[in-house]
Amino acid sequence: MIKLEHVSKAYSAGIPALNDVNLEIREGEFVFVVGDSGSGKSTLIKLLLKELEPTEGAITIGGRKLHTIRHKQVPRFRRNIGVVFQDFRLLKDRNVYDNVAFAQRVIGASVRDSRKKVPQMLSMVGLAPKYKSFPRELSGGEQQRVAIARALVNRPKILLADEPTGNLDATNAWEIMKLLEEINERGTTVIVVTHNLEIVKVMGKRVITIKKGVIISDVDGEYDED
Amino acid sequence: MRISTISYTFRQGVSNIWRNKMFSLASIATMSACIFLFGLFFAIVTNFQAMVKEAESGVAVTVFFEEGATQAQIEEIGRQIKGRVEVSEYKYVSAEEAWSAFKDVYFEGSDEAAAGFGEDNPLANSASYAIYLNDVSMQQVLVDYLKGLDGVREVRHSAAVANTLSDFNSLIGYISVGIILILFLVAIFLISNTVTTGIAVRRDEIGIMKLIGATDAFVRAPFIVEGVLIGLIGAILPLVFLYVLYNRITQYIEMKFSFLSRLLTFVPAQGVFRTLIPVALVLGVGIGFIGSRITIRKHLNV
Repeated sequence: MIKLEHVSKAYSAGIPALNDVNLEIREGEFVFVVGDSGSGKSTLIKLLLKELEPTEGAITIGGRKLHTIRHKQVPRFRRNIGVVFQDFRLLKDRNVYDNVAFAQRVIGASVRDSRKKVPQMLSMVGLAPKYKSFPRELSGGEQQRVAIARALVNRPKILLADEPTGNLDATNAWEIMKLLEEINERGTTVIVVTHNLEIVKVMGKRVITIKKGVIISDVDGEYDED
Repeated sequence: MRISTISYTFRQGVSNIWRNKMFSLASIATMSACIFLFGLFFAIVTNFQAMVKEAESGVAVTVFFEEGATQAQIEEIGRQIKGRVEVSEYKYVSAEEAWSAFKDVYFEGSDEAAAGFGEDNPLANSASYAIYLNDVSMQQVLVDYLKGLDGVREVRHSAAVANTLSDFNSLIGYISVGIILILFLVAIFLISNTVTTGIAVRRDEIGIMKLIGATDAFVRAPFIVEGVLIGLIGAILPLVFLYVLYNRITQYIEMKFSFLSRLLTFVPAQGVFRTLIPVALVLGVGIGFIGSRITIRKHLNV
């Protein structure tokens, strides 16, 4: 599904943000990417979204090499990947329904299609009764659920979550992780970048650790901080 | 593109204008001022050109024939004149008509002095063609041509009048174009500023759109709509104002200065606005489009 071969990314002459990274993530996997600030986690996410180009190496997603995708084809490529951020990035002037429907509108989906899919997504994340609420009226956990619904409404094959629990208390953080696990069980490949090692340990999933731009460990099931 | 997407793009364009009320208002005001001044110049130039045209129609070239020229030769010269594109109208003036006109002008009220000539016609060799032109700037070309015709003795014309009218016409044209160009550059700059602010306000939303997979066109279209709407509103407002103003002013001048009525004949409002309305609308929309397009290319790296 996702393959990185000898991928390096340097922003300027200095230490590269990623250095000769080799990585393979299979379809339907749930993977945590952990590491300190500045370790290269965010660079990895940006490379996968084709926001950045690698300085060296090749990235393949869904059988397609990213460097062969032209600028005009990038939007269509990104529709295969849902993204969730630590700061939710919801449109503050639109209610829950419109925030999720926005993702449908952006890809040119019909209104009829949106009216079917948006309520389905809101039910899945448990926010159907609050479809008229505005982001300011929701808790952090609820806002992240809206963001997840928005990321999934276009049925992407991959979900990238960049510190999805970073702004949440422990209870909400667990609920979001459970939700991501459910989404993964339905077939979506989920990649979660996080600092929350407690959650990582308990979830028992594959964990990739990055340090100074290099993958220092890649373990499945039994993560040990040391 | 779906109707719902078109409608969404349009609503977003309107919403952009609404969100940046002050900037939008400033842009519409500047655009209106530009179109107003353009319309004003256009109305003045149209009227001035109509008056110049009227004056031009009085500038004639006169062709006299060689002594003893036959009727056939004179008719041939007439045919040659008729075939020229510069000629709007030409008229044969016989020696008798020339003498009669001369008497009317110079012996008015002194019939006795004129009677002294008896049956003699002192202008016996003065049969001529009086030629009126489409455009006085082409006078010299015609004069040179006429001089080369067989049977032509003399070609009389007033180069000074022709050149002055022609030069004045060009001068007015150049000044108008210069001023209007400057005004429109200012309008483009202001629209560009408004759209830049709109982009800054919506930066987060644009970022989300890009990550979700919005195409470049989808991201850009609302800003184009914003620019075009500002241009359109900025054109419609001054057109309405100018229409009312034009009618009022021309009526006022015609009433107050009726003694100048032979000199000042205004082109009717319909005559001016038939051209001005489409030109101003195209300019408004075009400038709005260009202003927003330039800004998007510069600031919206999608």
